[in-house]
Amino acid sequence: MQTDRATGYLSTLAGKVQFALGDEAIAYGALFAGCTFFGGYPITPASEVAETMARELPNVDGYYVQFEDEIGSIAAVIGASRAGAKSMTATSGPGFSLMQENIGYAIMTETPCVVVDVQRSGPSTGQATKPAQADVLQARWGTHGDHEMIAFAPNSVQECLDVMIECFNLSERYRHPVVLLADGEIGHLREKLVFPDPADLDLFPRGGFDAADEAGLVEPMRAYGEGNAVHITGSTHKENGMRDVVSQDVHERLITRCCAKIDKNRDNIIRVEERFMDDAETVVVSFGADSRPALGAVVRARNEGVKVGYFRPISIWPFCGERLTQIGKRVRKILVPEMNLGQLAREIERFVSVPVVRVSKIGGVAHSVEEVYQAIIENSRS
Amino acid sequence: MEHHLLKYLREEILPTTHCPGCGCGQVLNAFVNAIDTLRIDPRGIISVTGIGCSSWIPSPYFKGDTLHTTHGRAIAFATGVKVIRPDSNVVVIAGDGDLAGIGGNHLIHAARRNVGLTVYLVNNYIYGMTGGQVSPTTPFGVVTSTTPYTNAEYPLKIAELVAAAGANYVARWTTYHIRKLIASMEEALQTKGFAFIEIVSQCPVAYGRRVGLRDGVAFMEYFKENSVSVRKSKTMSEEELEGKIVVGRLARRERVEFTESLRKIIEEQRTGTGA
Repeated sequence: MQTDRATGYLSTLAGKVQFALGDEAIAYGALFAGCTFFGGYPITPASEVAETMARELPNVDGYYVQFEDEIGSIAAVIGASRAGAKSMTATSGPGFSLMQENIGYAIMTETPCVVVDVQRSGPSTGQATKPAQADVLQARWGTHGDHEMIAFAPNSVQECLDVMIECFNLSERYRHPVVLLADGEIGHLREKLVFPDPADLDLFPRGGFDAADEAGLVEPMRAYGEGNAVHITGSTHKENGMRDVVSQDVHERLITRCCAKIDKNRDNIIRVEERFMDDAETVVVSFGADSRPALGAVVRARNEGVKVGYFRPISIWPFCGERLTQIGKRVRKILVPEMNLGQLAREIERFVSVPVVRVSKIGGVAHSVEEVYQAIIENSRS
Repeated sequence: MEHHLLKYLREEILPTTHCPGCGCGQVLNAFVNAIDTLRIDPRGIISVTGIGCSSWIPSPYFKGDTLHTTHGRAIAFATGVKVIRPDSNVVVIAGDGDLAGIGGNHLIHAARRNVGLTVYLVNNYIYGMTGGQVSPTTPFGVVTSTTPYTNAEYPLKIAELVAAAGANYVARWTTYHIRKLIASMEEALQTKGFAFIEIVSQCPVAYGRRVGLRDGVAFMEYFKENSVSVRKSKTMSEEELEGKIVVGRLARRERVEFTESLRKIIEEQRTGTGA
């Protein structure tokens, strides 16, 4: 819960126009969302999120703790969340890999938290300082066991802030970890950022569960320190929280509910941006940093009379497959520029029957407008 | 008449799943005795545990708020809890595999930070829950299920390590020294800053049968005969200390507790007196 001092401090920022990094916008988004605990470990290209939080959290009565590794960071974030604070961490690919086990713990214990992954080139150390978009499937399937996931991918500095607030709201509403799947390009991009007025923000409060979930699948979180002997375990547990690791039906009930609370609310979670779609014969589907040259290329092709549309998933998970199925019925081809070898394209293929053309580029550099434009022209000839 | 300590336990799930002769019951007994003596309100205790037999001591058996976490990470989870709820008694009970093995780094750094946790490491020299594999505290030369030709590694002196890392309170006792252990647990619970007790305990089933100590009584006699006090140990050579268990208090400091320092930073920012 934000203190009066925190709200007062954030109010002094309202309306201010900044020339800011994406990473800084992510941090301010968290502060405006009510985050009061950050546990982290330095890693390029996400360190500026930690640095901004370390500087600003004391101004909102919040706490920054740097841990010995990313495993400790995510563990403390979950502990702080159970103790009552809106909590987050920020990392990049290698650290995100280390966090996967405890992201599963947050899913299993239905503990809200936000994990920022400012994606960089991998596998392993890869091109440590170069951007990539290759953690799409790690975000979805990185932790073991059956589960759903919520992940968002911003494509501008302003959207980093705006979407971060949404990530916290969804995390609290559905009691589920949420991943902000940024990338090194956006994280280290510097452009205009306008701070919101806290009075205009609709924040989901901790424990605010009245009609939180239209499907009725999210229970209120029980707080510590009130004499309820609250028992939280990552083991399979009954509705009262007590461990039961042998009953088939208890496990099935728990896991199907945890999946259903995301799946049945997908229309409340999914966000996309569509442009030039009405008469489109070809559609460019792109997200995050690579969606910017993609849009530039679509505009250029449109100016030359090519019937090409632009579709951007802002939420990556849950995936906007149903919408793409509708679109796939009236277009000839879907082009997918992305900074990986086809992770989003592979997901799109599950929902459409038209050809899905991979326009992949790896190596730490986003597509140029020219490259996407050429792909559009090549694929628009009849 | 109901036992006066039963109110601290989740009676409905007793008896425990611990094996006959296990030391975990003694540790639970000592823990609730310490709480009762200090008249600590159990509502102010949050138990954080990892994976392993000893993590079950408070979770589920102790009737209080619990966070039963992933293997090795209890101290990191507990640090997050303590930062947000500094007035709670945040207690970690876990084993040698959990805290000295997979989670060893979190233990060292929590001691260095001097975060106000009370940590009871139950050292039974073995991975008991998984069936008796060698652990970081298993003595040299012992046969276990994963050292079938004897253990070629030396055991970690975990309490000494935590003392060197900067904890405000460090002690080692065994389940034989039950009254000393209770008194030490009380000191740990009252310590501001990181408090750590290595509780040398017994696992007759997965460890004892490998070393000729087949039940709890045999272990009690072994602990009694092989323990030496911290004071006496200082007069003994390394050879004389071979195979001995040094018991007593190993460190006591008054360094400022971590979350107190964090709150001081906030206060200084608020009043404009900070850096």
